[in-house]
Amino acid sequence: MNGIITVLGKDRVGIIAKVCIYLSERGINILDISQTIVHGYFNMIMIADFSLSAVLFEDAIKDLEALGGDMGVEITLRHEGVFNAMHTV
Amino acid sequence: MLSRYEIEETASMLGEANLDVRTITMGISLLDCADGRMEAFCRKAYDKITKYAERLVRAGEDISRRYGVPIVNTRISVTPIAIAAAGCETAAFADAAFALDKAAEAVGVNFIGGYSALVQKGVTEADRALMASLPQALAQTRRVCACVCAASTRSGINMDAVAALGHIVKDMAYLSREEDSVACAKFVVFCNAAEDNPFMAGAFHGVGEGDAVINVGVSGPGVVKRALEQVKGCDFETLCETVKRTAFKITRVGQLVAREASARLGVPFGIIDLSLAPTPAVGDSVAEILCEMGLEMPGAPGSTAAVAILNDSVKKGGVMASSYVGGLSGAFIPVSEDTAMNAAAQAGALTLEKLEAMTAVCSVGIDMVAIPGDTPASTISGIIADEMAIGMFNNKTTAARVIPVYGKAAGHTATFGGLLGSAYVMPVSACSCERFIARGGRIPAPIHSFRN
Repeated sequence: MNGIITVLGKDRVGIIAKVCIYLSERGINILDISQTIVHGYFNMIMIADFSLSAVLFEDAIKDLEALGGDMGVEITLRHEGVFNAMHTV
Repeated sequence: MLSRYEIEETASMLGEANLDVRTITMGISLLDCADGRMEAFCRKAYDKITKYAERLVRAGEDISRRYGVPIVNTRISVTPIAIAAAGCETAAFADAAFALDKAAEAVGVNFIGGYSALVQKGVTEADRALMASLPQALAQTRRVCACVCAASTRSGINMDAVAALGHIVKDMAYLSREEDSVACAKFVVFCNAAEDNPFMAGAFHGVGEGDAVINVGVSGPGVVKRALEQVKGCDFETLCETVKRTAFKITRVGQLVAREASARLGVPFGIIDLSLAPTPAVGDSVAEILCEMGLEMPGAPGSTAAVAILNDSVKKGGVMASSYVGGLSGAFIPVSEDTAMNAAAQAGALTLEKLEAMTAVCSVGIDMVAIPGDTPASTISGIIADEMAIGMFNNKTTAARVIPVYGKAAGHTATFGGLLGSAYVMPVSACSCERFIARGGRIPAPIHSFRN
């Protein structure tokens, strides 16, 4: 099962690193990353595979939210199902 | 693979535009709880509801967390009590409402619907007893919702029931006078009642339904408004197309949630009701959509056309997204539950008469409208009869949920709290329809009811 992570906030050193470390330590594989920086604002979208994840998806949602809070950015993790439902027939 | 644009669009719908699933409603049949003694019926009904819906609230919370989609309410609808409890002694009918209230509280749902009677053609002893008990039942419970179906395209309008309901609504208002007559906010009169509607106050579990079912009501007026902001000034084709596309996406989320809830609870999936249902929160308003379409305020000339377009486009987008669309499905235009609608009433832009015209093309009807407490019972019956006629002649569901706020006059404000919001008390025509209502009997079904 895939999850979609979005990160939004003021750019700083180590945002991607922190998220990637969190994911790799728990066996969550990153499938795709796309990022833009507009006027110093960092906007990243990441698709990650949670099928071998060592943490529950619901816990990862909370952990990533807290991780974002520590860095002053907003991180959300959402189930891919919602995105697929909306955009594929 | 999803595109960046698609991901950002969904994230913004969930994050900023108030996309939510308004309700997961579990329909439960109480037909097998029938008993000659009211006490035994109540016990059986309580046991069945609490057993079936034990995990309902929890399932809603879990799905909401997993998918990041807010699920605002979890609710229950049951077989109309006038049918399920028809065998009981009629003196103690309100006891059934108390049992439903207790069961709803035990499982943690905020409303339970189905304290209802279907009397579009005639009234049984049990129907009569239930209707007589409505004021007490609704004033003395918090979670019980009730409806009476008083008309249908096939059967006509039961004007005896409509006449009685004028008095019953006034009694409800009086008995709940300490709380701005809130009991009336939990009661609706229907024409062509939908047996699988998940929205309150009119939800009940129809007799043609199975033992239990999961129906889901999606919402998202904020999402539609946001989408329309992107096509400012475009022509009507673009407008309709935008609403349709948005409704499609909203309904798909509802479908996902419904399937998941059905699987988790082991209860069959029934329908998705793809209504745009406002809440008093800013940005969650159908009236704001109408303004975005180009009206200064709801009630302005053009309002009926605007509601018609919205209602139709929502349906068209929604039916493409799910094979099982049902319930009411369309745009709700309640007054108290929609802050911008209420503001239009307060500003005098929206009158009761214009609202009635808009109900001919909206999904339900005169909804959550506060009127002066001294409105005669016959006038309330007249308002109900007009709404029934619109539904009957147009082959659609219509409803009336009016609140004659005890002790308040036109221009005052009534506060109901929570999702029910607060309402400006709208003036009502002083012309009498007493002699019309007093005629009694039935209004025959219209010619186009003969479809065989």
